[in-house]
Amino acid sequence: MEDSSYIFFQHYWWLLVSLLGAILVFLLFVQGGQTLIYSLGKTEDKRKVLVNALGRKWEFTFTTLVTFGGAFFASFPLFYSTSFGGAYWVWMAILFCFVLQAVSYEFRTKPNNVFGKKTFELFLFLNGLLGTVLIGTAVGTFYNGAEFSVNKMNLTDLSNPVISQWQTPWHGLEAVLTFHNVALGLAVFFLSRVLANLYFINAIEDEEIIPKAKKSLIINTIPFLVFFLFFVIVLLVKEGYAVNPQTGEVYMEKFKYLHNFLQMPIVLIVFLLGVVGVLFGIGSTLFCKVTNKGIWSAGVGTVFAVLGLLLVAGYNNTAYYPSNFDLQSSLTIFNSSSSKFTLKAMSVVSLLIPFVLAYIVYAWRAINNKPLTQKELDEDNDQHAY
Amino acid sequence: MESIDLSMVDWARGQFALTAMYHWLFVPLTLGLGFIVAIMETIYFRTGDPEWKRITKFWMTLFGINFAIGVATGIILEFEFGTNWSNYSWFVGDIFGAPLAIEGIMAFFMESTFIAIMFFGWNKVSKKFHLASTWLTAFGANLSALWILVANGWMQFPAGMHFNPDTARNEMISFWDVALSPVAINKFLHTITSAYVLASIFVVGISAWFLIRQRHVLFSKRSIIIASVFGLTSSVYLVWSGDGSAYQVTHKQPMKLAAMEGLYEGKQGAGIVIFGVLNSDKKYNDAQESHLVKIEVPKLLSFLGYRDAQAFVPGIKDLMEGGFEYTDTDGQKKVALSAVQKIEKGKLAIKALADYKEAKKAGNDSATQTSLVTMNENFQYFGYGFLNDPEQIIPPVPITFYSFRIMVTLAFWFILVFILALIFVYKDTILQHKWFLRLALLTIPLAYVASQCGWLVAEMGRQPWVIQDIMPTVAAVSKVDSSAVIITFFLFLVVFTSLLVAEIGIMRKQIQNGPKED
Repeated sequence: MEDSSYIFFQHYWWLLVSLLGAILVFLLFVQGGQTLIYSLGKTEDKRKVLVNALGRKWEFTFTTLVTFGGAFFASFPLFYSTSFGGAYWVWMAILFCFVLQAVSYEFRTKPNNVFGKKTFELFLFLNGLLGTVLIGTAVGTFYNGAEFSVNKMNLTDLSNPVISQWQTPWHGLEAVLTFHNVALGLAVFFLSRVLANLYFINAIEDEEIIPKAKKSLIINTIPFLVFFLFFVIVLLVKEGYAVNPQTGEVYMEKFKYLHNFLQMPIVLIVFLLGVVGVLFGIGSTLFCKVTNKGIWSAGVGTVFAVLGLLLVAGYNNTAYYPSNFDLQSSLTIFNSSSSKFTLKAMSVVSLLIPFVLAYIVYAWRAINNKPLTQKELDEDNDQHAY
Repeated sequence: MESIDLSMVDWARGQFALTAMYHWLFVPLTLGLGFIVAIMETIYFRTGDPEWKRITKFWMTLFGINFAIGVATGIILEFEFGTNWSNYSWFVGDIFGAPLAIEGIMAFFMESTFIAIMFFGWNKVSKKFHLASTWLTAFGANLSALWILVANGWMQFPAGMHFNPDTARNEMISFWDVALSPVAINKFLHTITSAYVLASIFVVGISAWFLIRQRHVLFSKRSIIIASVFGLTSSVYLVWSGDGSAYQVTHKQPMKLAAMEGLYEGKQGAGIVIFGVLNSDKKYNDAQESHLVKIEVPKLLSFLGYRDAQAFVPGIKDLMEGGFEYTDTDGQKKVALSAVQKIEKGKLAIKALADYKEAKKAGNDSATQTSLVTMNENFQYFGYGFLNDPEQIIPPVPITFYSFRIMVTLAFWFILVFILALIFVYKDTILQHKWFLRLALLTIPLAYVASQCGWLVAEMGRQPWVIQDIMPTVAAVSKVDSSAVIITFFLFLVVFTSLLVAEIGIMRKQIQNGPKED
C-alpha cells in the first residue's frame, strides 16, 4: 500500500531542491558578470567598479550551490551517488571552476598575491564561462538521460560492491554529444550574462558602464532566446521517460514533457509567468529609459521558469535522471529518495527557509540601498574593496 | 567479473586526506578569528575608542583573506563524497546527508549573508547592526562546523539508525541520537576549541612580531590580551573535551585507543606513555617490546579511559584475538570476538542480505524471514565481511601514536604561551622579553601542526573504517578508474598549493603593512 505522506515528502523535497536549483540559476548572474568585466570595463577603474558590484554577491551563489548539493544529497542520495560518482569529469570540472572563483575576488587586488591581478581575472572568466555552460549541460541530462546502471544488490558482491556504475569511460563528458544538453548549457550561459547586465544597471551608477551594459543586454538576449527556445521546443516534442506508478517500470512516452505541462497546469503557469517575467525585465530595461529594476522581474522570472522546468523533470510520474543504458535503472523521486523519517525531519528544518530568505533580502537591501559608484570605492576609507 | 581497483581506494583516500587537510589549514583560523574579531568590535562598540576599530578592521582583513580560501577548499569536500565515495553516499546518505543539508540552510547562509554586512556595511548600517552581523558571521561559521562534525561523529560511532535490507542502506530512526551522540558532541567541542586556540596563537604570534619591531605597540598589547584570554578560556574546554573524546574512543573505538598508545598487550592498570619511541619491527602477535624507549605514567590510561585505575585496557593483540570480557555500548557484559570471528559474521550478514533478496523475489516468506533474522543478528559486523585479512583492522600505529603525542604536548605549550603573555602584558614588561616574543611568533606554525595532528589521530586511527564496523573504505568507493582520481589528486595538489602560496604572500604583505591609520 502506498504511503501518501511519504509521497508528499518526496514531492515536497523535489520542490525544494528545484527551488534551490532555480535560485542558483538566477544567482549565476555573478558568473555571467564575470565574463563581462573586460567588455564593459575598458579601464582599470571601471573594472574595479564591476568586480566590486559582483564581489558583494558571489558568496550567495556559492552558498546556494553548496546548499543545493547538500539538499540533493540529503533528499535524493541515490542521485548523488549515481551522478557524482559517475559523471565524474563534468562535476570535477564544475568544482574546479568554483574553487578558482572563491579566492579570486579577495586575492585579485591584494598586494603580493603571487600570480597577479590578470590571473585572478582569468579565473573569474573561466568560472563564469565553464561554470554556467557545464551546469546547464549537466542538467540537460535530466531530460536526455545518461549512461549508468543501478543495482542495489551489488552491495552483496564482495569483489565489486558498487551500487551505481557509469557505463562509458567518458564519465559524463559524453553529455556534450547531445546538442539538446549543450543548448541548455548555452542558454544558461547567455541568461547569466543577460541577468548580469540587468544587475549592473541596477547596482551601479556610472555614465560609461550603464550604456555599455544596455548594449550588451541586447547582444546577449538574442542568443539566449535562440538557445532557450530551441531547448524548450525540442523538450516539448521529444519522447520522455515516464514511470508506471503501479509497477515503477520506466518506459518511453511521446510528448511526455508537453503532457507534464498540460497535466500540471499550475506548473505550466509558473513556467509561463517565469518566461514573461524574464522578457519583461529585459524589455522594460531596454525600452523604458528610467527604470533600472529589470533585474527583479527577470530574476523572479528566472526562478519561476527554471522551477517549472525542473518540476516537469521530476513530477507527474517522470524519471528525473533517466538511464539510457538500462531504462529500469532510471532515478525517480520515489526510488532515489531518503527515507520518510529523514525527509520529515529535514522538512521541519526547512521551515526556517522563509526566515533565512527574509534576512538575505534585508541584508541585500542594506548593502545595495544606493548604487555603487567609483567615488565610493575611491573615497570611503572603511570600504572593503576588491 | 570486474572487481574494485584497490589503488583507486588508496588514491581516493589520499585525495580526501589532501583536501581535508588543506581545508583544515584555513578553517580553524576562520572559526576562532571570527569570535576574536567580534569581541574586539564589541569593545569598540561599547567604548567608541577608534583604536579598537582599527584593531578590529586589521584582524577582519586577515579573516577575509583566510575565509575565501577556506570556502574554496570546502566545496570540494562536500562533492567528493559523491565523486569518490558514491557507495558510501547511498549506504548512509539517509543519515549523513541531513546534517549537510541543515548546515547549508542554517549555517552557510547565515555566514555568507552577514559576512557581506561585516565587510561592506561599515557605513551602510548602524553600528549595532554591524556588530550583530559580525557576531552572526562568527556563529554561522561555528554552526557549519557543528553539523559537519556531527556527521563525522556519526561515522566514528553510528547511532540512531537501522539497516533497511529492501533499500540496501542505513536509515535514520532518531535524529536526536545522531545529533546529540556523545561522540559527536565531544568531537564538536574539541574541534572548535582547538580552532579557537589556533586562532588565539595566531593573533598572539602576529602581535608579538609587531612588538619585536616596536611597531603598533598599543594595538599589539590589546590584541594579545584579547587573544590570550580567549585562548586560555578555550584551552580549559579543549582539555576537558579532549578527555571526553578519549573516553568515547576507549569505549567505542578501542582499536584506535590501542593505536594511540602503541598498546599491543592489554593489561589492568594500564599507564599512559608520556614519551616513547615505537619499535617499528613489532608485530601484533610477536613477543617483541612495543616501544624502544618510553616514559609512562602508571595506571593513568585505565583511569582516564574507564574512570577506574585498575580497569583492563585491551591492546591490539587482544582486539585481534578476542576472548577478553568487556562492557558494550549498551552496558552489557560480553566476551570479545576475535577479528576472524567478526569477519565470518560480517560475511554471514552480507550473504544473508543476498539470500533475503532472493527469497523475497521468489516469494518464499519463511526463507525471507530466516535470512532477515540472520542478517540482523550479524549486522553490527557487516563491514568486516568486506575484509579478507584480519590484520586490515589494525590502523597505522606509528602515525596515530606520534600524532597524538605531538598534539597533546603542543596543547600544553600553547597554554603556557597564553599564561606568559598575560603575565608580561599585565606587568607591562612584554617588550623586554624578546625571547618570549620570538617564541610566540614561532608557535604559530606549531598551532597548525597540532591541529593537523588531531585530525590524523581521529581519521588514521579509525582505519579501515569509513563508518565504524559497518563499512570499510574498500566498500565505499565509486567505480572510477584510479587514473581519473590520480589526475584530480595532482590537480588539487597544484591548485591548493598555489592558492596557499598566494594566501601566505598576501597575508605576509597585509601584516607587514599593519593596521591602517585613520
